[in-house]
This record gives sequence, C-alpha cells and structure tokens, in this order.
Amino acid sequence: MIPAAFEYIRADSADAALAALAEHGDEAKLLAGGHSLIPLMRFRLARPEVIVDVGRVDDLKYINDAGDHLAIGALTRHSDVETSDLVKAEAPLLSAATSYVGDPQVRHRGTIGGSVAHGDPASDIPSVLLAFRATLIAQGPGGTREIPVDDFFQGFLETDLAPDEILTEIRLPKAAGAGWSFQKFNRRAQDWAIVGVSALVQNGTAGIGLVNMDSTPVRAAAAEAAVASGASPAEAAESAAIGCEPTSDLNASVEYRQHLARVLTRRALEEATA
Amino acid sequence: MSIMGTRVLRKEDPKFLTEGATYTADVRDPRLEGAAHVHFVRSTFAHAKITSIDISDAASMPGVLGICTADDIPEDVGTVPAAVPLFPPSMMNRPLLATGTARFVGEPVVAVVAETPTQAADAADMVFVDYEPLPVAIDIEDANADNNIIFDDVGTNTAVDFAMMGMATGIGEEDIFADCDVVVKQRIINHKTAPAPLEGRSVACVWEGEKLIIWLSSQAPHGFKGALPGVYEGIDCQVICPDVGGGFGQKIGGTPEELIMPHLSRVYNRPMRWTETRTENFIGIGHGRAQVQYATIGGSSDGEIQSYRLEVIGDSGAYCGLGAFLPFFTHIMAAGVYKIPKIETAAKSVVTNTAPVLAYRGAGRPEATAAIERAIDIFAAECGLSAVEVRRKNLIPADAFPYTTPHGTEYDSGAYETSLDKALEAADYQALLAEQAARRERGDRIQLGIGVSVYVEITGGPAPGGAEFARVHITPEGKAQIFSGAFSHGQSHATTFAMVAADQLGMSIDDIEVVQGDTDKVPEGTGTFASRSLQFGGSAVYDSSREVANQAREIAAKLLEADAEDVVLDTSTGAFHVQGTPAVSKSWADVAAAAANDGVTLQHEGSHNANCSYPFGAHVVVAEVDTETGEVTVPKIVTCDDSGTILNPNIIEGQRHGGIAQGIAQALTEEFVYDEDGNPVTSNFADYGFISAAELPSFTLVPLETPTPNNPLGAKGIGESGAIGSTPALQSAVVNALSHLGIRHIDIPLSPERVWSAISDS
Repeated sequence: MIPAAFEYIRADSADAALAALAEHGDEAKLLAGGHSLIPLMRFRLARPEVIVDVGRVDDLKYINDAGDHLAIGALTRHSDVETSDLVKAEAPLLSAATSYVGDPQVRHRGTIGGSVAHGDPASDIPSVLLAFRATLIAQGPGGTREIPVDDFFQGFLETDLAPDEILTEIRLPKAAGAGWSFQKFNRRAQDWAIVGVSALVQNGTAGIGLVNMDSTPVRAAAAEAAVASGASPAEAAESAAIGCEPTSDLNASVEYRQHLARVLTRRALEEATA
Repeated sequence: MSIMGTRVLRKEDPKFLTEGATYTADVRDPRLEGAAHVHFVRSTFAHAKITSIDISDAASMPGVLGICTADDIPEDVGTVPAAVPLFPPSMMNRPLLATGTARFVGEPVVAVVAETPTQAADAADMVFVDYEPLPVAIDIEDANADNNIIFDDVGTNTAVDFAMMGMATGIGEEDIFADCDVVVKQRIINHKTAPAPLEGRSVACVWEGEKLIIWLSSQAPHGFKGALPGVYEGIDCQVICPDVGGGFGQKIGGTPEELIMPHLSRVYNRPMRWTETRTENFIGIGHGRAQVQYATIGGSSDGEIQSYRLEVIGDSGAYCGLGAFLPFFTHIMAAGVYKIPKIETAAKSVVTNTAPVLAYRGAGRPEATAAIERAIDIFAAECGLSAVEVRRKNLIPADAFPYTTPHGTEYDSGAYETSLDKALEAADYQALLAEQAARRERGDRIQLGIGVSVYVEITGGPAPGGAEFARVHITPEGKAQIFSGAFSHGQSHATTFAMVAADQLGMSIDDIEVVQGDTDKVPEGTGTFASRSLQFGGSAVYDSSREVANQAREIAAKLLEADAEDVVLDTSTGAFHVQGTPAVSKSWADVAAAAANDGVTLQHEGSHNANCSYPFGAHVVVAEVDTETGEVTVPKIVTCDDSGTILNPNIIEGQRHGGIAQGIAQALTEEFVYDEDGNPVTSNFADYGFISAAELPSFTLVPLETPTPNNPLGAKGIGESGAIGSTPALQSAVVNALSHLGIRHIDIPLSPERVWSAISDS
C-alpha cells in the first residue's frame, strides 16, 4: 500500500497549477481531495510521475449566487456544499445527494470538482449535474471555456478536460421551486451506489441523472422525454434504462441494474412530483 | 458484596482511549534499531508452475539487502508445522515460500529485504516471476470431484475424510428415514468470510546470540513459540505480543510470512520487520466458514423429529492446515439443541486453490447451527407448522442434562426452552406476528419476517477439554501480579482476571496487575481462542489465588499469634483475623512484608484442566424485505445468550455485540469472493462487505445464567455465541418474510439481487 515514487508540486493558484501541467504534460495528475487518486496510487494502479496538489487553491473554494445560477468553485469540499444554506435553498437536490457521498471524513476531504473531474460513473454528484443540465468551466493555457455537462463525460474515467486544463467552476441553474429527489441504492451506508437516480422536475420537464448505469454518468433520456410528453412517473420510469449499458459486477447483474434504474426512477419521480 | 457479576469498567480502556494501543509495528525497542524490512512478492495465479524467477533487476534496486526464494531456504528450515499431529498427509504441508508450484493468489513466492518498507516494495515490483498456469479447483464441490488435482503426489483433493478416521458417524446401511412421514433435504452454502481484524499481521524480530526475540500480533504467544521448533529445530526464543488489534481466529498459529522472519533475520544479520497491508490480510492469510452442506431431516407430520443427517464438505483452502479439521466441529455439534433419536454425519475437507481456511469466530460450530436451523425451518414448512413450535417440541428439556447426543456429544447444562421463551417475549413475538399478518393482508411493498434460531456450541474445545496456566504472585508491598498463559487481544483479561483474583484475595482490582503476552515472563500457556480463556485461564487464576490466600493465612497466623486454622481472610476487606475477632487484623501489606522478611515468596502457579462447556441461546431477528428490490434491512435483533455464570456484564455484552454484528454481516453483506479463475475480488474494505453500525439496529440483550458444573467459576465461553445464533436467525427472517410466496430457502449472503431473484422466480 505504498505508492510508487512521485514528484510533488503544491500549486497555490490555478495559474500555478496550469503552469505545472504545461511543464509536465500527461505525466502529471492533479490532486484535490485525493479520495479517488490516492487509493489508485496506493494500489500502484496509478503511477503519476508528478502530483500537482491543488488542495490549497483557496480561490477555487466558493459557493456564489450568480443571478440565475449558482457558481461553485471546483475545490469546494463536499461538506461545505452539503451544509451551504445557499445550496439548500437553490439546489436542494445537490445538498441532499452530497450528504450521501462517502462518510463525514470523506466529505471533509473530497471536493465537488475532484469528484466530477474523475468522471466515475459510480459517483453520486455527476448524476446531479446531469439532472440540472449544469455547465462546467475549464481553464487552460488558452483561457476559459464552458462545457455543457452533456458533453463532459466522454468514457470510463475520461472527460472532455484536456491534460493541460483544470476544472474551475460548476454552474447550476437555480431550481428553488423545482421538485427533486435523490435515490441511492447500496448495501452499506458508505458504499458507492449500485444504482442511483437524481431527478429534478419543473414545469412539466424532468432532468434525470443515473449513477452506475453505463461507463459514464448518463441521463435517462427516454424517461425524461416520457415525462415531457405527459407520462406518469410509473410510465416514464419504464423507459429509465433504455439506452444504458451498465456493467455486471459483484453487486449486480446488468438485468438487476436495469430493474433498479426503473424502480428508483419511479420512486424519484413520484417523490419529486408529490 | 462480591465484585463478581458486577459492571466493572475495563482497566484496559483509559490507555486505549488516551494514548492508544502499541501494536507490533509501533514497538520501539533498542534491540530493533536498524531493522530491515521485508516485502513479499505474491502469486498472481491461483495454480501455476513457477518456471523462473528473475531477481536481477530487483537485486540492484536502491536499499536492497537481499532477495529470498524457495531455493534460498536451507534444508534445516522446515515447512509450516502440521495443524494437527499425524494429519494431514505431509505432502499437503505448506512451504514457507511457494516451491515449484503456487497454489493460491496471494501465496508468498519471494521475500525482498531492504533498508526501508518503500525500497522493499519498489524492489518487489521489479521481481519477475514466470508462471505456467495450471487448471484450478476453486469451487468446493468441483474440487471434491477431483476434476483438477492440486497435489499430484497425493492424487486426490481430499484432505481429511472424517468418517474414515472415526471422527464422524458415516452413512449407515440402514435408512434412518424409513419410518418418517415427512423427509426434506436441502443443500446449504456457508460461504467464505474474512476475519478482517483491524490490525493485520505484523512481526519484528532479532537474534541475540542463539536466542530469537520476536514480537508479533498473535492470539497465542505460547502457541507460536510452540510452533517455531517445527520450522527451526531446537530454537530458543522469546515471543512477545504487545497490544493486538483483534484476531477472530486468524492469529492462532504461525503463518509462513511470520515463520520465515527468523530465517531472514539470521541470513541478513539484521533485526527484521514486516507489517502486512490490508490487501495482504484479505488475500494472504485465509478465510473462515466455507462449507457446502446437505441436510436431511425427517419426522412425523405433527412436527416430531426422528432423524437427521448432515453431510459436510469443508474447504481447506490451498493447503491442509487447521481449516481442514473444522468439519469435525460441525459434526460434533450437528444435533444442535434438539433431541433427535437418529443422527448421521459425513464430513470431509478438500483442498482448493484459495487462501487456507482458518478458525474464524466459531470455527465449525456456526456451520452446524446454520444447517440444523435451516433444516428445522424447512421441515416445519413442509409439515405446515410454526417453526417456533417445531423447535419447542423437539428441544432437549432442561431436566435432561447432562445430555449425550446419539452421536456422542456430551452437553453439560442447558435451559434451551427458557432462552427461547425469553427471547420471544422480549421481541414481542405475538405483536410481530400480527404486524406480519397485517402487511401481508395489505400487500405491502415492505414485508416483515421473523427469524428464530436456537443454538448450542462447544467452547474450549475440542472435547474433552483443555488447560491454561496462571501464576499468582504477591509483591512485597502486598499487591498481586497474575501471570497468565491466556492472551487478551481484545477480551479484557486485565479486568476479568483481576476480578477473579480480587474476589478470592480481598484486594482492589487496582492492586492487581495482569501480565500476559511474553513467553519469558509467563513460563507456559496456551492462548486465547475457542472462547476458552475465562473458563480455563480464569479458573487457573481462581485456583492459584486460593492457594496464595492459604499461604498468606499461615503467615498472618504467625503475626496474629494464632493457629492457622483459626485465621480467616475477610475477602470483603482483605483483612486476616482470628475467626470471630475482626477488630485485630493484618493486611496484605503486613503479611507480604512479613513474608519478605522471612524470605518466603507468596506465590502459586499451575494449570487448570477443565472439561469443555456448551453455551447456548436463542436469537430473534426481524427482517424487512423490499419486495420490489430485494433489499433487506434489520430493524430488530433480540438475543438471549447463556454463557453460564456472568463475571462482568459489560464485557459479556461487548462480546455479544461484536459477535452478533459479525453474524449478521455474514448473513447480509460479507462474503469473500473468488472468481472462477481463483482471483480474489473482495480484497479491500471497499469491495468486502464489512458491516458498520449504520446497517445494524440497537441490540436487545436478554441475560440468562445457567452455570456449567465443569469449572469453579461456572463460566462458559461467550466469544462466539453472537456469531452463531444471529446468522441463521436473519436468514430465517428473510425467508419467513417471503414464505407466503412459497419461498423456503435462500442462501446467504442475502444480497439484494439474490433476494430479488428469489422473489422474481417465485
């Protein structure tokens, strides 16, 4: 459980982190809260030559009211998101989902940006971003760019971020009056979801993000379309797994995951529209 | 008032709660200055010929002192000593490093020695082992069919056949079910679980001349000292166990990684340390349970059981160690708490390409309970009767003790029906039945199930009994020291043994020190496992305390100028006085000073031999099953566990809590899984379903005390009870919740998908 040797660089700002990435290219990995990267390094499944620690880049720790949306700095810790009054008021789905991430110790170390940038389909937070149709802000050598969340997750643990870019901000459209629900199905409180569902319903439309239902975080697009065309939660949920290609593992077969996606989507839509 | 039976707070806790424990890896001893560190290269194949080992790159890595393969081990260093003398066939014995063939993923193949742990790990990465994969035997029944043979020279995967050894009844010519109205048979899986103590294995050792000093994380320092000469003939050694963070049966004997350390220390002429990682603990040392059972039960249609047959195939893992003998315990406890006229057992163990099976909490007895309790439930269902009533009808009555089962197991004492009644009452069984009926009536999504198990186990085994050493020594200041051969790795001997002595000596427990875990300080001992310590080790403390009190009485008599026969020790005050005249008395300090003055040592030592005891109890577990997803939650657990006379309720309850949690975990979340090629897939706490408080309700613990006549304390073992009763009770509860769908059996662990599949198939 001892990682292979690596060089350690502590970045004090986003610019310093970008400079380090520019210098070391794909030999470098960004370290935020460390709750995804460090276990991989301890098993020597990841052997980055250079670690660029952005954990103390305080400029990227914030939760701001930006008019029609919330702007959340990528290095904001889960615990700060979970307990933020602003998030509770404007994006209670995010607050609730965050409270299911790991345990209190994990939430005090892990960051929202780290969780999203890791691109793990089993993580809870990406499903929330999909439900919200969030926008992600990346900064690179050429400046900043906006990435719609639907374009962000490219493959298993792969995102649209270039090796010389860092994720700086997450923007969620405000949803104070929307119905919402977060459903996480697991065997132990601290476990990753076997399947999870984030649902956000307003004005007859639904955003439904799924956890662990494909090689990337995915949207239950067919179920969303069904809601938009007036289907009941039960009817819409029937199509929750359409288009998904979940994996089979120790906890669930493909068939069981599809079943859970339908059941949890129905429960989520029922709760969100209750 | 006697201190016995009172809630004395643990003497161990202030240190653990403030400065923390000192585990082996924490030991800072001058003799260990400059220690080198070991890292093992482990087999990545479940079964393979080792065709070559290339150490050239690794040998030139920074800090590397040396690299040891099987070829480098001299002939005078032996293999792992056999767990039970005479068995197994020596050809299934385990080498310290895989020799020619690797037989499970995680088996040590090469030991890398370097200046630092990091350098050792880095160099281990550069050792290249060439393997030629061989066909594997992973599944117990596949191994039993001898489709792929693990030891060519032996020619079969069978390690031990107990009926052939006269250690099981075997299946007779006569059909014991011929007269039964109702006969049911069930195949039952008792899957592998990982003991997962919070502290893994750890060793530090150094040679002082020809004497080895070795620190390690063990349940049995004397047991390890006893094992070493099997590897190093004639070795002189001192085994020291500092604080140990749990064992659960994993740390009883010596494992290859521990046993090779003295050799490495000698060859490289350095103190040597090794501390395993969590993954090494999961894949490298071994697992518990691991049986396939076929239970057949028969009786009359009114629920009277006439015959029971239990056939067990135990998984021994890759070599024939202690695990190979656990089906014997399953055999002796096969009858459970029931008066069954005819019993047959067949038991064998087979080797597989998995980590060696070991004596995990209960070790063969939980498997016996699981089988009979499942059989009773299925029999009751077949008869259309309440499983509780079928149990009640067939329980061994309280006036039948001592009771000998038809296959020869002698139970000491019991009140089985009382334990069942008390557990049902505390669980409010009638209200639970009403709630279950209401939910069924309404067709609720969340159905309620009530599971009951009644169990008996053997502690301190194997029969007929065992022994433990204690010395009680009075210091010149009049305080007591207890030197015990038992060893607490969480059991609280410093508290409980002090209580036993305090009660006999009339001292405060604060004036009684318990010395354990050092084979130079404690001349003999056995160790702590099989729920044995209080009944044997505590009784040895009791014996020696009384002897020392008698010695002291004679000295007090001199001081009081009285006849020794007239002097009494008032154990409520610790004062010696002439019978009837307590006003004139001598204290322990007076007596100890006088003894010191006369050059007399106030001390007694000896081993206490006692027969095994048979604790029992009843568990009622309530399960809620989500019929849509198969998710199981456990809102209520009530247990009535009887371990004889209760010495300290706090500590008994702690043992019950831990055992219940582990038992529920086996039924619900914990399974050590290998894939079909023998790769471990649950080798860390993220993948292995180690249970937490979040998955468990508060436990309702009902006390019951039925003393054993087999030792002076009346105490039976309590360490394993919780893990024995709770597993089948939860399994029963889940099946019971779904019984209206026609479901009679679901194997554990009760994963949501498995339960959902059962519902879908019904």
